[in-house]
Amino acid sequence: MTNPMIVIKDLTKRFGTTVALDKISAEIGEGEFFSLLGPSGCGKTTLLRTIAGFGEPDGGSIYIDGQTMAGVEANRRPTNMVFQNYAVFPHMAVWENVAFGLRRRRLARREMENLVDEALSMVGLDGFGAREPHSLSGGQRQRVALARALVLRPKVLLLDEPLSALDKQLREQMQSELRHLQRAVGITFVLVTHDQEEALNMSDRIAVMFDGRIVQQSTPQDIYMKPVTRQVAEFIGLMNFLGVCVKSETPAGYRVDVAGLGEVDIERGQVGSTASMSTLTAGVRPETLTILFDESDASAREVHGTVSDASYFGDMTYYDVMLKGCDEPVTISMRNTVARPVLASGAKVRIGWDADSIILL
Amino acid sequence: MTFRKLSWLAFYTAMFLVFLYAPVILLPIFAFNDSKIVAFPLRGFTLDWFRLLLEQDQLHSSLRNSLIVAVATSLISTTLGICAARAAARYRFPVKRGIMGLIMVPLVLPEIIVGVSLLVVILQLGMDLSLWSIVLGHVLICTPFSLIILTTAFSNLDRSLEESAFDLGGDRWSTFRLISLPLVMPGVISSLLMTFTISLDEFIIAFFLAGTETTLPVYIWGQLRFPGKLPSIMALGTIMLAVSLVLLIFAAYFRRRGERRAGAVAAGGVF
Repeated sequence: MTNPMIVIKDLTKRFGTTVALDKISAEIGEGEFFSLLGPSGCGKTTLLRTIAGFGEPDGGSIYIDGQTMAGVEANRRPTNMVFQNYAVFPHMAVWENVAFGLRRRRLARREMENLVDEALSMVGLDGFGAREPHSLSGGQRQRVALARALVLRPKVLLLDEPLSALDKQLREQMQSELRHLQRAVGITFVLVTHDQEEALNMSDRIAVMFDGRIVQQSTPQDIYMKPVTRQVAEFIGLMNFLGVCVKSETPAGYRVDVAGLGEVDIERGQVGSTASMSTLTAGVRPETLTILFDESDASAREVHGTVSDASYFGDMTYYDVMLKGCDEPVTISMRNTVARPVLASGAKVRIGWDADSIILL
Repeated sequence: MTFRKLSWLAFYTAMFLVFLYAPVILLPIFAFNDSKIVAFPLRGFTLDWFRLLLEQDQLHSSLRNSLIVAVATSLISTTLGICAARAAARYRFPVKRGIMGLIMVPLVLPEIIVGVSLLVVILQLGMDLSLWSIVLGHVLICTPFSLIILTTAFSNLDRSLEESAFDLGGDRWSTFRLISLPLVMPGVISSLLMTFTISLDEFIIAFFLAGTETTLPVYIWGQLRFPGKLPSIMALGTIMLAVSLVLLIFAAYFRRRGERRAGAVAAGGVF
């Protein structure tokens, strides 16, 4: 991580008796694309709003670019926010919306015109200056909100679920546009989302939040491959959970018996940081299990199973497969190919797996 | 629904409307009737009663008084309404419901009680009765109407618009002036028109609190003692009816436009 742009220490916020933020600490680097990911009600929006300066925290502190934000109101902070519903001023044309912040700074007319036009072109809205907000599509309104915030060159741009109101195709397009925009302007972006795919594909780092706490703070790859708790693993992507029995401790880790798969050596790095021996389970991602379709396919470790269900998604098929010694089927995702048939339920299959892809939680 | 039931409902509705509006319709009818006696059969068409209105100085001064009172009342009660409605829509504070309830009470309080009690207070304080004492009473009964109209306007106003303006570097005053106020303006205009209308034809409070200067409704009441003046009073009533109707229609138009602008679906309402 580069120099920290935002430092959050023991931040606490209560609404009545509910604790919305429970002693949150985090560092967000300069120029980083940082996502706050979690289910609704986990406190991610409250955290974002507290960074923006809406609502005083009940404890802890926020520093932005080395400056304490205690007692600094939202309009004096080096942050700007893109609201979930965009909050484009309905009674002002697009150009006036973007110029709003600059007018408050009393810029010279010429300079302001240049900055507004530049910001509009940056978000792909050249020539939209005279349009009224009600004549714009959702995606265009979002761009106005972005231009309006970015034109002020904030040190931090805060985005509150900016893509949740868009349809799937536009959302995916805006994801990559936002990412490119962030790289181009080099401003620190903090994004709130409940959509794990969005967080995974846009962020440099992600903080996963549950019940007012940050449970894991890491890169998308780490969050996906090495979730620290079962809660994180369940929230992000699909994860199979299998029963585990620890047989012995080895120099490198543990020898365990995984239900349905068999005995295997697990390294310490594959054990979640909050794992407790009494409630241990093994997590296996669906794509790390492989159905061995051909006789000639081989894997170092193989088990036998029976397909109980198949869900076809075009590019992928998700199979539910019963393994011997398991009460519930495991999910296995397989990329479809032209030559490969979609198996019917009841089909007997060989499954290849790998010790490295197992994590203990 | 059976036809029989429907016809009863239609009959009831018709009677209701006749009862409600027939007396009002008599007003313009006799205002143009060429007779000093207000009775059927009608005699002929005349504009004399309207012409007569132009010649009465006392009428003109009471009209001027009424306009002064109505304008002052609408401005003051709408301003108070804006403050209370914004506070109600945006902030949580102790005994909020109680405070809002107390503002609304004059709506159901008999006007005669408001009139008499204000009279007692003003006399006890040793103040003189004037147009301003009428304004005081009218503000009391008009503010609830302002509050109702403006609370709707402010609660339809998306909070994130204000937050966004503040976030972009606006201070509280410029946020209010540039964002909140323009967006609730239809509600403000609606409130101004509504309270103006209420004040313009209010009688009881104006009667109790008027000093030497009277308002139009009080003047009209005074004239009713002279049967010969009745037709010209009807002419005056016709004008007031027309003006009130136009103002109320404008008020309703602005209120609905405000709701549309805020993105809310027009949900009927009183007007």
